[in-house]
Amino acid sequence: MENKELNKAVSGEYSLGFEIDIETDVAPPGLSEETIAFISKKKGEPDWMLELRLKAFRKWQTMSEPHWGKLDYEPIDYQSISYFAAPKKAPESLDEVDPKIIEAYNKLGIPLEEQKQLQGIAVDAVVDSVSVTTTYSEELSKHGVIFCSISDAIRDYPELIKKYMFSVVPMNDNFFATLNSAVFTDGTFVYIPKGVRCPMELSTYFRINALNTGQFERTLIVADEGSYVSYNEGCSAPTRDENQLHAAVVELVAMKDAEIKYSTIQNWYPGDETGKGGIYNFVTKRGICQGENSKISWTQVETGSAITWKYPSCILKGDNSVGEFYSVAVTTLAQQADTGTKMIHLGKNTSSTIISKGISAMKGQNTYRGLVKIGANATNARNYSECDSLLIGSECGAHTFPYLESKDTQGQVEHEATTSKISDEQLFYLRQRGINEEDAVSMIVHGFCKEVFSKLPMEYAVEAKALLELTLEGSVG
Amino acid sequence: MITLDIQNLEAKIGEKQILKGLNLQLEEGKVHAIMGPNGAGKSTLSKAIVGHYDVSIVGGDILFKGKSIKDMEPEERAKEGIFLSFQNPVEVPGVNNAYFLRTALNAKRVHEGKEELNAAEFLRLMKSHLSELGMKPDMISRSLNEGFSGGEKKRNEILQMLILEPDVIILDEIDSGLDIDALRAVSEGINKMKDGKRSFLVITHYSRILDYIEPDYIHVLKDGKIVKTAGAELVAQLEEEGYDSIANEQ
Repeated sequence: MENKELNKAVSGEYSLGFEIDIETDVAPPGLSEETIAFISKKKGEPDWMLELRLKAFRKWQTMSEPHWGKLDYEPIDYQSISYFAAPKKAPESLDEVDPKIIEAYNKLGIPLEEQKQLQGIAVDAVVDSVSVTTTYSEELSKHGVIFCSISDAIRDYPELIKKYMFSVVPMNDNFFATLNSAVFTDGTFVYIPKGVRCPMELSTYFRINALNTGQFERTLIVADEGSYVSYNEGCSAPTRDENQLHAAVVELVAMKDAEIKYSTIQNWYPGDETGKGGIYNFVTKRGICQGENSKISWTQVETGSAITWKYPSCILKGDNSVGEFYSVAVTTLAQQADTGTKMIHLGKNTSSTIISKGISAMKGQNTYRGLVKIGANATNARNYSECDSLLIGSECGAHTFPYLESKDTQGQVEHEATTSKISDEQLFYLRQRGINEEDAVSMIVHGFCKEVFSKLPMEYAVEAKALLELTLEGSVG
Repeated sequence: MITLDIQNLEAKIGEKQILKGLNLQLEEGKVHAIMGPNGAGKSTLSKAIVGHYDVSIVGGDILFKGKSIKDMEPEERAKEGIFLSFQNPVEVPGVNNAYFLRTALNAKRVHEGKEELNAAEFLRLMKSHLSELGMKPDMISRSLNEGFSGGEKKRNEILQMLILEPDVIILDEIDSGLDIDALRAVSEGINKMKDGKRSFLVITHYSRILDYIEPDYIHVLKDGKIVKTAGAELVAQLEEEGYDSIANEQ
């Protein structure tokens, strides 16, 4: 098939690239102990938090940026980034949120006004460095569920924060996580008490808006014994020629018999087909199945960002605990993704499942990197991994790096990997039945992703499908 | 009346010329069988008609209902009413069979200016055909051809044909890999489609299928050309004397 035609079919326009015209407080570019003190002060943080930030910053200065990922990008100048940007009007309640922000969220399909709020989904809306509003907080508090911005949590629930923050992703875990520990601005905190099944879907929508700023959010979710929560995050950013850095940290803690389902639809601005602009997405996500019979499930649909570097992982410490990773990563234009997971089996009878689907089109480069580690005491651990790559066209690439470390000889580890080119035979078959080329590509790609999409909450599965269509089909409404 | 009119067709696969001035006219409501030795160009002919990417047409023309289709996209030819039952239907993982078929039918219906069928209407239609063909109801939810047996794949082709109701039906080695029961079910499906209007082009290496689908005409294809056209009685001669005897006649 003509490559040109195919490219036309897979270079969907980015539809969320608009900018919100609001007045913003932006810290001057640069990173120093003063910057960190400034952020901490802006957040009204207690001294102990500032101390932790400074400790992280001092550690970070001794570290160097990792380059083991199969990624190629211009060096990041950490002194040219602004580390704090916030809409000027600080809202006390939803009524005070700048109407322009509410309008922007409406455009993104996330109404924040009370009467229009999404049924059954509570939303934390984060613009640049601050959370602007959180819906349904009151109703959730009736069930003892805490759902608030991380800044509020540091002030209101210091004991929980001191206990769990940095407990899964240590402050000095890696270069980007340590940077985040020093400069994180906002994000979401969730606590589900013992035995509570969270009555609604929780979600955070991150929006980068200001120019030349980085977004460094931090999310912490604690599910106490026997509880259940399903949490979703979405994100987008304006279309810009400059690259912007996004370095987030997410920590999940699941106690005995608890379950956390974490879904991501990542749609940061991807840059253009020459590789100009786009978000650099360097993210550390990790969950610990602390207690027995606990379960953590990551589902991600990664369609955006110029560079994606993320490995949502599970530490399976409790006996019989379960870790899952379901991923669809799409790279088109000049996007590069190096993503995968780590499943660390420590407890007995722990099991993990990895289903990774990589789709590459145009000049996109897609790498799966995964580690399955089975500890000496993890008797009867089981892992199943399946990594499939789909290539559309001839200029893209797919790479698979599965690593296995096993100290236990009884563990069962299965790994399957396939790479298939979207076959001309398949396309022709569908076209011979009267389905046009664009719909045929979309049908084959959706079929390829089906296993992962079926793991998303229904509303998000619909969104993910639509997004995939937009990213790959160029059929902008 | 002539439905499909192939005029002096010359076609290449890669650099190799396979069809060398082929003439063939399909009559409305008739069953035409194309027989010929391996490598004569039988599959190339079917591919040329449906616009397969392997084949480039370098001379002649293909008229369908009086209109040239040789430069049309494959999906346009399909929507006009040309259907190819593939020799080896490809597997498309994760694509639901019913969803695929409804999309195809609705594309054709829209092309014809008809209302699209909704999911419920379509399922009713699909179920009625499934039972006729002796196919299991799980054909609705399975992925398109994925993990299907040879027989299931061929029956699924016939199912699509029954639902899409094309005007010209090309059956490329439809009997290959079928046991006797499957062959009977497939043939019944095909015979049901005979309505005095539709034309059939049955491409086959063996005469077995012609015991089930009675041809009106037999065309012998050799070295990229139709070398003989006759009635059904030719089958017996070919059985006895082989294709070489035909060449000797010319």
